[in-house]
Amino acid sequence: MTDHPADSILVLLQATATGELAKSTAGLLGAAAQIGTPVALIVADSAQSQALAEQAAAAGAERVLVAEPDSSSAQLPVPMVDALAAAAAAVAPDAVLVSNSIEGRDVAGRFAARTNAPIAVDVVGVSRDEEGVVAHHSVYGGSYNVDSAATFGPLVVTVRQGAVEARADARPVAVETLEVAASNAPAATIESFEPAAESSSRPELRGATRVVSGGRGLGSAENFALVEELADALGAAVGASRAAVDAGYVPATHQVGQTGVSVSPQLYIALGISGAIQHRAGMQTAKNIVAVNKDPDAPIFEVADFGVVGDVFTIVPQLISALSERKR
Amino acid sequence: MSEEREALIAAVREFADAELAPNASQWDAEKFFPIDTLRKAGSLGLGGVYVREDFGGSALTRADAVAVFEELAKGDTTVAAYISIHNMVAWMIDTFGDEGQRERWVPGLAAMTDLGSYCLTEPGAGSDAAAITTSAVRDGDDYVIDGVKQFVSGAGSSAVYVVMARTGGPGAKGISAIVVPDGTPGLSFGRNEAKMGWNAQPTRQVILEGVRVPVLNRLGAEGAGFGIALKGLNGGRLNIAACSIGGAQWALERAIQYVHERETFGAPLAENQSIVFTLADMETELQAARALLERAAIKADEGAVDVVTACAMAKRFATDAAFSVANTALQLHGGYGYLHEYGIERVVRDLRVHQILEGTNEIMRLIVGRNLVKRPE
Amino acid sequence: MKIIVLVKEVPDTYGERKLDLETGLADRAASEAVLDEISERALEVALSYADSAPDTEVVVLSMAPESAAATIRKGLAMGAASAVHVTDPALAGADLGLTARTLAAAIRRTGFDLVITGNLSTDGSGGVLPAMLAELLEVPNMTALSVVEVTADSVTGTRSADDGDMRVRAPLPAVISINEALPDARFPNFKGIMAAKKKPFETLSAADLGVDPEDVSAPASIMTAIAEKPPRSAGVKITDEGDGGTKIAEYLIENRLV
Repeated sequence: MTDHPADSILVLLQATATGELAKSTAGLLGAAAQIGTPVALIVADSAQSQALAEQAAAAGAERVLVAEPDSSSAQLPVPMVDALAAAAAAVAPDAVLVSNSIEGRDVAGRFAARTNAPIAVDVVGVSRDEEGVVAHHSVYGGSYNVDSAATFGPLVVTVRQGAVEARADARPVAVETLEVAASNAPAATIESFEPAAESSSRPELRGATRVVSGGRGLGSAENFALVEELADALGAAVGASRAAVDAGYVPATHQVGQTGVSVSPQLYIALGISGAIQHRAGMQTAKNIVAVNKDPDAPIFEVADFGVVGDVFTIVPQLISALSERKR
Repeated sequence: MSEEREALIAAVREFADAELAPNASQWDAEKFFPIDTLRKAGSLGLGGVYVREDFGGSALTRADAVAVFEELAKGDTTVAAYISIHNMVAWMIDTFGDEGQRERWVPGLAAMTDLGSYCLTEPGAGSDAAAITTSAVRDGDDYVIDGVKQFVSGAGSSAVYVVMARTGGPGAKGISAIVVPDGTPGLSFGRNEAKMGWNAQPTRQVILEGVRVPVLNRLGAEGAGFGIALKGLNGGRLNIAACSIGGAQWALERAIQYVHERETFGAPLAENQSIVFTLADMETELQAARALLERAAIKADEGAVDVVTACAMAKRFATDAAFSVANTALQLHGGYGYLHEYGIERVVRDLRVHQILEGTNEIMRLIVGRNLVKRPE
Repeated sequence: MKIIVLVKEVPDTYGERKLDLETGLADRAASEAVLDEISERALEVALSYADSAPDTEVVVLSMAPESAAATIRKGLAMGAASAVHVTDPALAGADLGLTARTLAAAIRRTGFDLVITGNLSTDGSGGVLPAMLAELLEVPNMTALSVVEVTADSVTGTRSADDGDMRVRAPLPAVISINEALPDARFPNFKGIMAAKKKPFETLSAADLGVDPEDVSAPASIMTAIAEKPPRSAGVKITDEGDGGTKIAEYLIENRLV
């Protein structure tokens, strides 16, 4: 058993069904490198583990621990918790970082409860001060910034996906096999798995956290598809100004404003909407407002946090491709 | 407000927000009577708000009931008012019916799987209700009813019609209350009246031509009908006052929001003192109306001797105040208030009739005033 | 079958939500408190099973300030048979570890075959509590279920995991959490509201559960700083010079909006 650096940060990496590390990997290792030495843990069978370890090293893992689960176990999520507990015992890290994904939350929650470790969830960044690791949270839809830390001992942190921009430098591959004693804690069984189909359902407008709305500037019902395309790229609900509804581009149920739906999302993108008071009354409490309009004097710019004067038909396709670039 | 009443009101608010408010404008425009929604109201317990529990009523007090109807009316004044009339019918059968009559009709009415209509007014007899001419003639174990009833809410959709008909001589003492089930031969309906408001509920004539029902369908004793009708109207007045306050409160809240959003001469309307004074008067009127109504409802619960005048005062004051508040809310909206889209003009139209029905506000004054000037015998 | 549903009072998402900058706790006076919608859906799962299996007892459990009693009672009005309210001034500001230990103790004390929670509350968005409870209670857990079928001795469901849907099964007792794909909850009706005041409503302190909130021998997570996001500064307006879309993408990324 090797000695691990005193400032080790244990990072649980997840593999996808297609045998690659999850998208959250780069951000997790990037965050870990900001506060210490990233030591990655991968739970995978031997056929995959070498390739995954190489990916982890490329993303900045100083060392990669590989645990092979009992092959018979299609179980939730106990084998991974057992591996994380064994890794933490071996590494004695200052913090344990896990993706704030559905799977990650389960593992982190069970691990924290089992080891009686403090846990910070849905963290958007980490740092280190003289007393140790500090987790940064953004709460109530971004209205407040809150910091938290452990009174003592390692802090378990679930990191919001896509929140950390920092990236770690690639490292040489250093793999170590981890022996895991199964806890045999009762677990649920996975009976079958169906890879995710592209979700076609959009969120409902009322209560949506992101909204993309279009106005008369779209020009036609056919062109309004551009609004829907951007909404889908962002996982946003589709809204419209009254002018767009009256012109028949979309049904009245999408109308945002004084006589339509009032929304208060984290992000509101107004495309080709002039921003008459009747529209603004229904959306100006949005936390972040982005507007695109070809008229520089459009009132929508008075409430926009970020406004672009220009043509929606060139700007929006560029935005969509920039977003899909980032997803890759 | 007690925690329990708060919970009741919260449940009504949830229902009104989800099921009524989003549809009110369309129902008004299309003159659509939302029977499926009424069934949902029934499962909430709105079919027999102050009906006893043994046949499915909610057994609330009148004081609870007025709070419930006010909240309901914020979602859709017309539907709330309809439900209040339905409740009057359910309560009448529950209160004046015998066990057999209650068992037969109350469960369906309480669940609102069956709707009830109240048939008192006639083409030639409105305020002077004791002058009705619809006759119920005894024939063996049956009554044979002939006549026409005017302005009947829900007519054509109801399962049960409580008909006030003359079984005896002229005047109040000759009137009986008789339940006529839907489908009885000789029962038919006029066209749906084209009205200024209250479009989400049908109003028709009920035409009775040789309608034969068993004497067993009579509520209470022969000749007791007018007393039943008046007692029913007392409660009806409380409820219609509550519906008025709810509709006006909604309009006031819209107006308060609007004066913050609307800018004139470079500032929001809300910064204009004359606007602030206007809003203050609207709020004061509504609070006064609510206090008067609550007092009357408590008197009804306690069976106080002056309940009739208390209900009449509350009905007159609340319906007048509410109409005026809603109309002022329209004015504060300027041209937008006149647009259907903003909903304010609908509430103004709907509230207008509350000053006329369940006894006109002139009759309310008559009740209150006569009581003042009468001399002890 | 005994089903415990964890319910939570949260500030209404449609209103203004505030944190107290002194204590870091939710400012409960700032907005209307409501029963979290996802808690209501979790309760609906339990109640609809109880409709089909009459021997089912549904208990709502909440750890919350004393003022939350009315909100918890809504669970009774909707149809739960009894309520357990863990309330103790010393538990204000409890971290997730203490919360999990306290709730697990309350669940053990009440007895259970199945615990149902929402997957994420609308205020905390933690989402780790179901797994923590399962670990402490030594039972299986299945989270983020979009379909649930309960039988007398097991629970199966569809779990919307990170990269696909899985069919999962666990023997009872178990802990599950559900997501918003499950049906809306029923309206409480008047009868339920009137009946609620007669139903058992147990109030427990930390001491009743053998939990010591002041125990400093266990590590805890503490809030070290809190700040309100600065008010909206004057917006930026640029004119498109061929890179407008890219600039918007940069703005969204910088502000963590994607």
